Amino acid sequence: MSACSIRITGLVQGVGFRPNVWRLAQACSIAGTVRNDSSGVLIEAWGNESALADFQQQLRTDIPPLARLDDILVTALDTACPHDDFRIIASASGEIHTGIVADAAMCPACRVDIFDASNRRYRYPFTNCTHCGPRLSIVRTIPYDRANTSMVGFPQCPECLREYTNPADRRFHAQPNACPTCGPNVWLEDRAGQGIAPSGTERDCLDTANHLLREGHILALMGLGGVHLVCDATNEVSVAELRRRKRRYQKPLALMARDVDVIRQYCHVTEAEAVLLHSKHAPIVLLERRVGGEIPTIGFMLPYTPLHALLLATWNTPLIMTSANLSEEPQCITIAETRQRMQGIADYLLLHNRPIVNRVDDSVTRILAGKPRLLRRARGYAPEPITLPSGFTNAPPLLAMGGELKNTFAMVRDGQAILSQHLGDLEDARTWREYTHTLQLYRDLFQHQPQAIVVDKHPGYRSTQLGQQWAREQGLPLIEVQHHHAHVAACMAENGWAMDGGKVLGIVLDGLGYGDDGTLWGGEFLLADYRGYQRVGHFKPVAMPGGTQAIVQPWRNTWAHLHALGWVEVAAHFADLELIQFLQQQPLATLETMLARGLNSPLSSSCGRLFDAVAAALDCSRASISYEGQAAIELEAITPACLLNIVPAYPFALAKNAADCWEIDPAPLWYELLKDLQTGYCREAIAAQFHQGLIHIITELAQRLCAEYPAIQAIALSGGVFQNAILFNGIQQRLEDAGLQVLTHQHVPSNDGGIALGQAVIGATAQM
Amino acid sequence: MNLAGTITLAHGSGGRAMHQLVDNLIRQTFTNPLLEEGEDQARIPLAELVAQGDRLAFTTDSYVVTPLEFPGGNIGTLAINGTVNDLAVGGAKPLYLSCGFIIEEGLPLETFARILQSMRLAADEAGVQIVTGDTKVVQRGGADKLFINTAGVGVIPAGFNPSAGGAQVGDVVIVNGWLGDHGAAILNARGDLALEADIESDCAPLNALVEAMFAVCPDIHCLRDATRGGLATVLNEFAERSNVDMVLKEEFLPIRTPVRGMCEILGLDPLYLANEGKLVAVVPITAAQAVLAAMQRIPEGYHACIIGAVMEGDGHVILQTAFGGERIVDMLPGEQLPRIC
Ligand SMILES: [Fe+3]
Ligand SMILES: [Mg+2]
Ligand SMILES: [Zn+2]
Ligand SMILES: [Zn+2]
Repeated sequence: MSACSIRITGLVQGVGFRPNVWRLAQACSIAGTVRNDSSGVLIEAWGNESALADFQQQLRTDIPPLARLDDILVTALDTACPHDDFRIIASASGEIHTGIVADAAMCPACRVDIFDASNRRYRYPFTNCTHCGPRLSIVRTIPYDRANTSMVGFPQCPECLREYTNPADRRFHAQPNACPTCGPNVWLEDRAGQGIAPSGTERDCLDTANHLLREGHILALMGLGGVHLVCDATNEVSVAELRRRKRRYQKPLALMARDVDVIRQYCHVTEAEAVLLHSKHAPIVLLERRVGGEIPTIGFMLPYTPLHALLLATWNTPLIMTSANLSEEPQCITIAETRQRMQGIADYLLLHNRPIVNRVDDSVTRILAGKPRLLRRARGYAPEPITLPSGFTNAPPLLAMGGELKNTFAMVRDGQAILSQHLGDLEDARTWREYTHTLQLYRDLFQHQPQAIVVDKHPGYRSTQLGQQWAREQGLPLIEVQHHHAHVAACMAENGWAMDGGKVLGIVLDGLGYGDDGTLWGGEFLLADYRGYQRVGHFKPVAMPGGTQAIVQPWRNTWAHLHALGWVEVAAHFADLELIQFLQQQPLATLETMLARGLNSPLSSSCGRLFDAVAAALDCSRASISYEGQAAIELEAITPACLLNIVPAYPFALAKNAADCWEIDPAPLWYELLKDLQTGYCREAIAAQFHQGLIHIITELAQRLCAEYPAIQAIALSGGVFQNAILFNGIQQRLEDAGLQVLTHQHVPSNDGGIALGQAVIGATAQM
Repeated sequence: MNLAGTITLAHGSGGRAMHQLVDNLIRQTFTNPLLEEGEDQARIPLAELVAQGDRLAFTTDSYVVTPLEFPGGNIGTLAINGTVNDLAVGGAKPLYLSCGFIIEEGLPLETFARILQSMRLAADEAGVQIVTGDTKVVQRGGADKLFINTAGVGVIPAGFNPSAGGAQVGDVVIVNGWLGDHGAAILNARGDLALEADIESDCAPLNALVEAMFAVCPDIHCLRDATRGGLATVLNEFAERSNVDMVLKEEFLPIRTPVRGMCEILGLDPLYLANEGKLVAVVPITAAQAVLAAMQRIPEGYHACIIGAVMEGDGHVILQTAFGGERIVDMLPGEQLPRIC
């Protein structure tokens, strides 16, 4: 008989880890104990030599679906076993340290349960087990016990309780465990709040809901982390009506399909994409359309709760599954809010009485260069911690407030960064309230006491202002981080770049961020580490006439670029172009004066604005956009992959400015572009030449900088513009072909959803 | 006095030229008994003041504007009304003003005389007297044509105590009319923006209006004139100091079409545009109708309306859009800089 203690760290609490250990111990004839403690799980095991070895082996390979092992440390024990069986020791409060894990998609075993007519959970929409179900969306505080979740109002029936207390059961300690006898229920009501009972052959309100959907009605569906608007995606009248009511006329709508076979009718699905769709995260995956549309990708997801699975079971076509909101607002989560705000938007409401405590949006992903990339990190991912690279193990706890749009925040703790779910635009009052609520929630869940607060340098960001206020009130150091430095650092951190790993060249192609010189940046080459950075290259700054209005009306950027060339000559020389004629219809004399007087015309080196300028020149959302980045997205959409490597690259000028900083000047590009328009080239070809030109000049400058600064160890690509697949693939490919190491985003978005992680690691470095 | 020619350094030298300017032009234009005493200070009988209230209000402001004259007013009318309004929104009855001029040499005498004349008219309209003053002339480049400083005293009747921290949940927010006219008029007045907009400054005295409001509602919780920084800035101060949210209804906001159109082209938010004849009042809902009715009987209040309500919150101004969206309207940290990434 020998003995050992086994310490396991990772995501091992609240995920059914102890019962799994118990099961393995039974199978291997091991006696001893397993318990949660402040750093993970601690096992003490007694058995014969080979049984112990076997047990340790299985601990590594046979882990619960929601768990993640970071480390297993085995040390010998010389005490005798206090009992001859294996026991789970209950955790005392205060010992648990993992906070809470992400919501997980329904597991295969639960799927079997709900479609098995003999099972007591047949067609039960709130079925879950230790391996699946709600977590973050239902928790109010720690410890993660039923009493601290929105399941508190549903005492378990004897049968559920038996499952809950039996270590051999899949539902052992599954906090949201429920059944039709004791758990929440779902109902259907009309706009007047009148309940609608199933009729005829309908088994339940889900059948009735499907009936209504097939008739073309729009339903509000209360789901896991929020409420969706649902309609038949193949019913054009319904979809058009939904867009009209929701005031979302152009932005693509997410779809849900019963299974991948249904999706394949519309999109190409690679093996990797199928795996991602089926994963426990069950995100929206942007997939390539089979037949062209305005946007070449569609966001699809698979049913991730029993409710969705039951609803979609009879659909051989997809359903629209978009957040229940108006345009860009946060989606509803409560019944009252849904009834009020969806009045006039949804025809019927499919509601349930398991309250959604925290809004957790659907995550959005895309596979680029063979790897899944998160574009929006929320359901299924948050608040899973990101393990920080070496050097950060002893970083003090701190709070990074994030950006302004696509806001997330981050907390550093125990060598990890815990990232909040996507919260959104902080200018929206509802999102703002959720931001402050979620900050408080995470502080409670993770027992977090920050020793410093990190903010963006932009004085107008509300996250910055709140961070400043808290730092002042709590007497904490405030660390201000430049926007694009944060982008680069986020990319370094998620790629495991050690704190003293040396310098990288950060290429940040972005919308706008507040620069150190008070102008707006957004097309930056930064020689950076976690400690600081040097701006070694950027796009030539161009005015944004009308400030934010230049973001809403892309043509303003086109004109600003042409103005920089000399508008009078350009207008005369290319007078026959429809583009020039369009611009001449605009209040150019006013804009001219604005530039001359510097009236609301901030300078910006943004690559996103250059995209807008070119997009508008090619009549992609020229007059105005209805969602962020629309013009640039359409420009990418009209660019045919087949032309990419055939067309020549548009030229850019590259020179050093007075500050010894490289400047990329797009002037030559504009001459070529206008000439091509005059020649009558199709805009697809022009768009391809623009992409090629950008790829070419960016890699060119990157290589020059690598030669100039031998300290550069790798290149980090970040910023929202890198969501453009053509640009991302092109630049990454060329840099790698040139033998350079390229760091790219995977686990956090390259857009501002990733800013908080960058702030966190820069702040941590400054505090160490 | 002969108004041909321009103001020269001699007009500020203390000699004959200066004497002429001050006595024959300024003093004559502003003429009133206190000023006519001709001493170095105005001597104000206390008894008269004490009869009208229990506190003295005292304020000062300096006025610089380009161009000096614009549709709806000029730097002089601003200098009178601005200081009158600063007294009025404190509940004071404005009585006496001082007036200091800093003139850049080269200012046409005729222009100066015209501005003085409109100051006199504005003072009469507001029922105040300019009782003391000062004039300096600086060389070219030392100032921009003309700067004016006015200080004013007034008397506050007992019981009038509006304050920025006085807003209570359930109160309503009232303005006395079109927002942003002054800011838009000034932007437009230089002419180089090539806008076809026909916009006049709203420059006007507000003391009669405040008096009428106070008469029907002595319990006005907050009262300010919305000048630089516009409505948004005033309401943010109320919200922050009172620790409540000021919730505005977008469709209630009185903004003229040309102002709206101009803001759209320039990319400016009319809520931040300056006004020179607008006040914002937060009043108990029970008094709202009476206050509105009282305001609407006075020219400066013809277009008075309710624009929002005070709600529980953490000190924000929130704009409810026509579709039910809610946007936070912050205090500007500096110039309007885009936040969008
Ligand atoms: Fe950014
Ligand atoms: Mg003042
Ligand atoms: Zn399950
Ligand atoms: Zn039960």
